[in-house]
Amino acid sequence: MSSHSESIIREPLITGQAISYSQITEDVCAPVERMPSKAWWIGFSIAVAGLVLWLIAVSYTFWNGIGAWGLNKTVGWAWDITNFVWWVGIGHAGTLISAILLLFRQNWRNSINRSAEAMTIFAVICAASFIVAHMGRPWVAYWPLPLPNQFGSLWVNFNSPLVWDVFAISTYFSVSLVFWYTGLLPDIATIRDRAQGLRRRIYSIMSFGWNGSVKTWQRFETVSLILAGVSTPLVLSVHTIVSFDFATSVIPGWHTTIFPPYFVAGAIFSGFAMVLTLLLIARKVLGFENYITMAHIESMNKIIILTGSIVGVAYGTEFFIAWYSGVEYEQYAFINRATGPYWWAYWSMITCNVISPQLFWFKKIRTSVTATWILSIFVNIGMWFERFVIIVTSLHRDYLPSSWAMFYPTWVDVSIFIGSLGLFFTLFLLFLRVLPAIAMAEVKLLLKGSSEQSKRKLIEHGHVALPEGYDGSIEVTGSKN
Amino acid sequence: MSKVKYILGHFDDPDVMMSGIDKLQKSNISIEDVFTPFPIHGIENKLGVKRSRLPIAAFCFGITGTITAFTMIYYMLVVDWPMNIGGKPAFAFPDFIPVMFELTVLFAAYGMVFTFFYANHLFPGRAPRVMDLRATNDRFVIAIDASSNDINSVDSVLKEAGAIEIKHNERKYISYDEE
Repeated sequence: MSSHSESIIREPLITGQAISYSQITEDVCAPVERMPSKAWWIGFSIAVAGLVLWLIAVSYTFWNGIGAWGLNKTVGWAWDITNFVWWVGIGHAGTLISAILLLFRQNWRNSINRSAEAMTIFAVICAASFIVAHMGRPWVAYWPLPLPNQFGSLWVNFNSPLVWDVFAISTYFSVSLVFWYTGLLPDIATIRDRAQGLRRRIYSIMSFGWNGSVKTWQRFETVSLILAGVSTPLVLSVHTIVSFDFATSVIPGWHTTIFPPYFVAGAIFSGFAMVLTLLLIARKVLGFENYITMAHIESMNKIIILTGSIVGVAYGTEFFIAWYSGVEYEQYAFINRATGPYWWAYWSMITCNVISPQLFWFKKIRTSVTATWILSIFVNIGMWFERFVIIVTSLHRDYLPSSWAMFYPTWVDVSIFIGSLGLFFTLFLLFLRVLPAIAMAEVKLLLKGSSEQSKRKLIEHGHVALPEGYDGSIEVTGSKN
Repeated sequence: MSKVKYILGHFDDPDVMMSGIDKLQKSNISIEDVFTPFPIHGIENKLGVKRSRLPIAAFCFGITGTITAFTMIYYMLVVDWPMNIGGKPAFAFPDFIPVMFELTVLFAAYGMVFTFFYANHLFPGRAPRVMDLRATNDRFVIAIDASSNDINSVDSVLKEAGAIEIKHNERKYISYDEE
């Protein structure tokens, strides 16, 4: 790998002129080794304030029961499951980057996989918190597990997608965690070998005694590849099963076979938006511009166009099939989505998810950091509305008009959601402080082949014949033409 | 000089180090191990390191997960307490598949990773057996056992191969407790 030079036409994955292996170590370790900056403290304070709000709202819910939320007998699921699906979906991009892009040998994943995987883990923690909270009685949260019990061993119902979900989410969290931590070992060892005193002791324990010998690396690579291989179907299965929670019911608007692929595409769509929201700020504040380059941002924007378009087609297909089915209730559910009392939620979803990502077809927009960041926020909002629309608009006008109702969130609903963002950002900011946010070993692997300097060297030393009309310049802000 | 246990050849470039391995092997100098900041592809073949058998372990653990899940669900839903759900059969195999799949992945992932940790003696608190601190940063370090090789000839081969630094370690590993 190290001796293999990539084509000069391909955009470099590491920019800058004088990057050496030790420079990468310095740059990536700097945020962990220096005292936290003012920006970090400000962000952390806001995040912890959110976390406190979350603790208050969740405690209030546990004490008073889920009557504290705006649910009623018609709308039995609302913000809780909306937030759960939103967070799980966000997590999916991390696994896509770390597993699926590894299998496809997309080297640009190397500098973003670490933070994206961290995002996955924290997002799944937030999602799980909604699952536990919506049970109403969290002290019996072990009931979905197949444990011998006092009811004559009436086992959990393995025909139910809700039970599948318990297995899917917990497996997903566990496997993501082990994948992430195994990948961290060599980088923790790097910090260990630069540290002194207590820090060295702590990182030494965390490094599991990693030493970078031939056999360790060989097995490490095997483990990474196989974990990627099993995580790929896993991540697809997780959101498929989440969609089964809806699709196997008989609620108009939920009972559709399009749900699994549509949910998976939506999950990747929202996840990449969140990766961009986080990384565009992190690369600036932590000074990672040479490693998370415009090429990376552009690649992610292209995935957003693709998955956003899939989601758009899915919305259209749902409407068509509702009409084509000839089922009155199904047709009404969809007309009601677009024109009923929740029309504003539906059209917010369409604007944010279907229309706004299409702006990325313009190269100027997808290579602009500001535009990308703003659009990534749009997608985050749109995908939240998507889940809200699917859940609440399908439920609020059921088969019996006398039981039609509206859902209005209470302060507890709103606080738990905002608070979960606080929980997420608290965890993410702590991660940036104590662990390397870029996989150093994997980025070093690219230095000799895919960096700007290596490509320039190839041209300077005349190792490549330049095509006619090509001046040998390497574009680093835009992309391959 | 007899106190020297290991000779470490430091390289700052993985390709130079790879040709260094060739030169050492041509001079019949046996290499103890090589420590690098990232995986070097193709080095296993040069050093005659056997292919990892972890994939086999992963498969075995995975299939164990599949069987565990099937047995568990079958026992619970079919043997121990069959339920009449709309007259449908208790042994509804398609419904078993999601959980069987999840447990396959869970067992394969954890089984393989813990096998890896066990085989390489990786665990929290393990004293790192590191010969040089820069091997996790920017140096590619070839370690040669000093007792079975002639130190001077090793030094000259390393120098000729382009090593930027040659160290004579009197201890096998760095002590992390001093300092």
